[in-house]
Parts: sequence; C-alpha cells; structure tokens
Amino acid sequence: MKEFNHVIADPEGVHARPATELVKLAKNYQSSISIIFDGRVGDCKRVFTIMALGIKCGNTVTFAFDGDDEDAAMEAFTDFVATKL
Amino acid sequence: MEKYVGKSVFRGIAIGRISIYEKNQQQVKRVRVTDTEAEKERYAKASEMALSDLSDLYEKAVKEVGEANAGIFGFHQTMIQDDDFIDSINSIIETQQVNAEYAIAMTADNFAQMFSAMNDDYMSGRVADVKDVGERLISILSGKKNASVSGDESVIVVAEDLAPSETVQMDKDMVISFVTTQGSVNSHTAILSRTMGIPSLIDTDFIITKELDGKLGIVDGNSGVFIVDPDDIIIEKYKTLLNEELEKKQLLLSLKGKETVTVDGKKIRLYANIGNSKDLAQVLANDAAGIGLFRSEFVYLEKDRFPTEEEQLAVYKAVLETMAGKPVIIRTLDIGADKQCDYFEMEHEENPAMGCRAIRICLSRPEIFKTQLRALYRASAYGNLAIMYPMITSVREINRIREMENEVKRELKSQGIEIGNPATGIMIETPAAVMISDELAKLVDFFSIGTNDLTQYTLAIDRQNSKLDTFYDSHHPAVLKMIKLVVDNAHEAGIWAGICGELAGDTSLTHEFIAMGVDELSVSPGLVLPVRKQILDSRACN
Repeated sequence: MKEFNHVIADPEGVHARPATELVKLAKNYQSSISIIFDGRVGDCKRVFTIMALGIKCGNTVTFAFDGDDEDAAMEAFTDFVATKL
Repeated sequence: MEKYVGKSVFRGIAIGRISIYEKNQQQVKRVRVTDTEAEKERYAKASEMALSDLSDLYEKAVKEVGEANAGIFGFHQTMIQDDDFIDSINSIIETQQVNAEYAIAMTADNFAQMFSAMNDDYMSGRVADVKDVGERLISILSGKKNASVSGDESVIVVAEDLAPSETVQMDKDMVISFVTTQGSVNSHTAILSRTMGIPSLIDTDFIITKELDGKLGIVDGNSGVFIVDPDDIIIEKYKTLLNEELEKKQLLLSLKGKETVTVDGKKIRLYANIGNSKDLAQVLANDAAGIGLFRSEFVYLEKDRFPTEEEQLAVYKAVLETMAGKPVIIRTLDIGADKQCDYFEMEHEENPAMGCRAIRICLSRPEIFKTQLRALYRASAYGNLAIMYPMITSVREINRIREMENEVKRELKSQGIEIGNPATGIMIETPAAVMISDELAKLVDFFSIGTNDLTQYTLAIDRQNSKLDTFYDSHHPAVLKMIKLVVDNAHEAGIWAGICGELAGDTSLTHEFIAMGVDELSVSPGLVLPVRKQILDSRACN
C-alpha cells in the first residue's frame, strides 16, 4: 500500500475532464487506486465515485495504491496530478 | 410584442425566426421480460453503438468547437463504460425482470439525482450529461433518430435545455442564438454558445408554447433580453446595432490569426493588458500574442489581508497555463496613489502620486515583496513568464531588486522547488528613468513605457483634475520625444522596448510609434485588432 497527498490546483476542482482522465489512467493498472477526501473514498476506476466527492480547488486529497503494480501506478499518478490537477 | 429576461451567456444581438427544439420525448415504458440475458445483450450492443457514435461526435466537436470543449464526449464515454453505471442497469434488468430502456432510464435518473443533490453549480450542470447519455442509449434501443435543427433559414433555437450532443448535432450555420428556460452558466449550451460566439440566454422567464414557433424574435445578449414579435421601431433599432456588430466582427475575422507585421516586414509584439484573470477569455478571443501587462495588484485589492504565496501562485500559474507558452508579463505590485488597500496601513500622504507607491513599497517593505517574488519564480516553471517592475527611477533600485531576486532564487533552489528562468524588465514611467534609460538598458531584458504616469510627471499635470484639461495634451511632443529616446537607448543595448500605457492603444499614433522603432504594444483586449490593422500598413523604417 502506497499513498501520497495532493492539493488540487485546477481552479475548477475535479470536474468532468480530469475525472475522465483519472479513470483512463487508473484503468492501466491492476492495483486498486483510491482517491480520499474528507473521510470519503472514491474509486479512481469509477468516474461517478470520484465526482461524488465534490473536490474543489485548494482541497487536499490522498491517492492510495494497493496491488502488484502500485509503484508504477503511483509514479504515473504523481506525474499526472502535478501538471493536470 | 413580448419581452422576457434571461441570463446572458454571450454578448451580441441576434434577429431571426424562432425554432422550438423539441426533444424526442422518450416514452419509456416498463415492460416485463422473461429472457433477462437477451435483454442485457441488447443493452450491451446499444452501449457499443453509443460509444462509437460518441467518438464520431468527439471528432466533429473537436473540429467545430475545439478539443477542450469536445472533452465532454470523452466524459460521456467514460460514463457509459463506468462499472457502477453498467452494474446498475444490469442489476435492474435482472432483479426486476424489465426491459433495458426502463433500466437505463432509472439508472440515469438515479445518477442525475446524485449530481443535483450536491448543491454545486458545476455538478448541477452535469445532470444534463447523465440524462444525455441515458437518452442516447434509449434512442438507439428504440431505433429513433434524435431531433435536429435543419432548414435553410437562420433560427433562434428555443428549448428548455439542450444536451451537449444535441447542440453538436445541430447545423451550426443555421443557428444564430440559443434561448433556454433552464440551464446554468456552466451548462454546455452556455459553453458552446461562447465558443461559437453567438448571443445566448439561459434561465429565461417564459413558458415555451407551440405558438412561439416561427415567430420573429430578437435576442439581446448585451442586456439579457428576449423579445418575441418585436414592433418595427424595435426591429430597426436592433438592426442598426446588429450592423455595427457585424462590422466589428468582420474586422475581427479579417485580422484574426494574422501575424502582426509591418509593411517592411518587422514583427511587432502585440499584447494585451489585463487587470484580472477574468479578462483572459477576452485576451484569447481578440487574438493577442501574449499579455504585456498583467496588473498583479488586483490579487491584493480583492483581498482584505495580504494574499499568501500559495494564493498568488495559483493565480499566476492559471494565467500562464491558459496562455500556453505565450509570453505573460506580470508587473509586480503597483499599489499606492489612486489604488489603495486598507490592510497595507499606509500613512496619509499629501501627494500620493509622488509618494510611497509601487516598487517603493516593495523595497521598503521587503517581506511583502519577497512573498510575491517567490510566487512569481515558482509560477515561472509553468509557462513563459516575464517579471516587470514599476516606477523605477534609479540604477540603485535595480541593484536592490537583483539582490532580492537572487535571495529568492537561492531559497527556492535549496528547498528543491522548481523554477523557470523568467526575463525581467522595467516600466519606464518617470522622466528620471527616461533620462538614464541608456544605463538602465544594460541591466534589464526589456522596457515597457507607461505613458499614463510618464505624461503626468512630464507635463506636471494631475490627470484627475478636470480643470486642467485644456493644458493637457496626450500627444505632447515632450512625451513622444521621450518615447523615441527610450526606444533608441533600448536598441543600443540590444533589448526591446514597448508601450503599455493608454497611448499604446491610440490608433492615431500607431504609425508614428512603429516608425520610431517601438517593438511591442500592449493594449486593452478590445483594441488588439484595431491596432493590428494599423500596424499591418505601417513601416518600421522611413
């Protein structure tokens, strides 16, 4: 199990487009990938669960990775959120 | 004649026949099925077709409205392929032994409900997306085609609300406006109408009746009014307005995308001034090649305390990213004189225009300056940033600024924070800076002449005092000679010089400025194209 925190910089928060891209990216990995905000957990492979969290710009979220390819997944997510979210 | 009020999502005037857009009301009936496996198979096939339709729509939308707006169809695909969405539909089919259409409608309603319950404007806008996806699947299953706008006359499309796929499937050349009775400013109708550049109203206060269809309508996107059956006087009034707008649009079209280059081949940097990140859309719409003056003080003026480094970084970064590699010149805090901020707790001054303002505040209160510099250097990693310092009068000030820049860079590097390599320039807006511009030019990367203050200091005339208007001459030869001197000194040292004051947008002077050798003009977004027009038939060398 690996995790990291990220502060959302996208002024619109986690809206439809980044949520779609998160799902696309997550589906490349076997590991379960969660997005945690305000005590609630979303599944990065399920778009509705991400959007239901209502994450806004400035919110701190945790990404958690669990599975055989968790290292690779975490690396890809770290890159993605640094520039896109 | 009837008049209704709505929320305008794009300015402009449209006059045309009203066309009511009626959705194919999908009468979804609940039908019992015995072979649930076959029903799931029907749904799976429809799902595949929907995905392929959506990728076609995506391609069409990319061409028509750009990749950013087309992205919504990627979201639709993701929803259709979403496990929760699929599981819900299959489970309803199986447990309730019902037809796929009904299961889809139920599921779409449930997910839409989730978005509308979030009490968030943006998420409420997504209700339409979920319903759109549901309706797409159902119409595939029922073998119906979606309704569409066709015909050979330009129409004002009136509807309750429009789903993104409905707007994309319309024949855009025929649509001159959208008027909806529902919808939010974040709805896709709103976004698309902005991208298409057609005046549109949402949330308009009337009830759609069949009688409206085919009547003459006027949409006034400037004041948010929808007029049905206008009388002749109103029609004439709006026709005149429309013609004026068309002329402006024509100018825009003929000049948009063109390089700003003089008759003798010198490329001019034609940038826009902005005082707020909300102006960014205007910068892009008017085709400026960059931002020549970003007045960073607004970041301070809209707060009741000092903005933090992170808050500033977020604003600068967003601007740099939106401009996507185009130059963005951010002027450091220029507060004082006519722009005051209570929390700075400035002492009262007899003569604020010549008092503690701009760089003088920054150098005498380094903690404020340092926060901004840190935010700027951090932001520089995200785009093509240049930093510009206002109200410079001496070499000593520049040396002091350099020390602080170096301190900030060292700190950030030692913290392992990535920074870019921004160019640094100064405003030339005091007669002192003009007179020593030969020395200053050796120390900086560019000059930008602030003509408003330069004129006031040179002529010793307070511009706020209307009694002095007869003495004031914005084209005073003293100011024009100073501009020439600054440009010459800049070129001597191998740097560029531009103008970002009001004079930059004065089209009666454009030819003269270009002939003087001015390399850059930064004007308010609305003036970019008129100035470009002047530059295109000017000469840099006499």
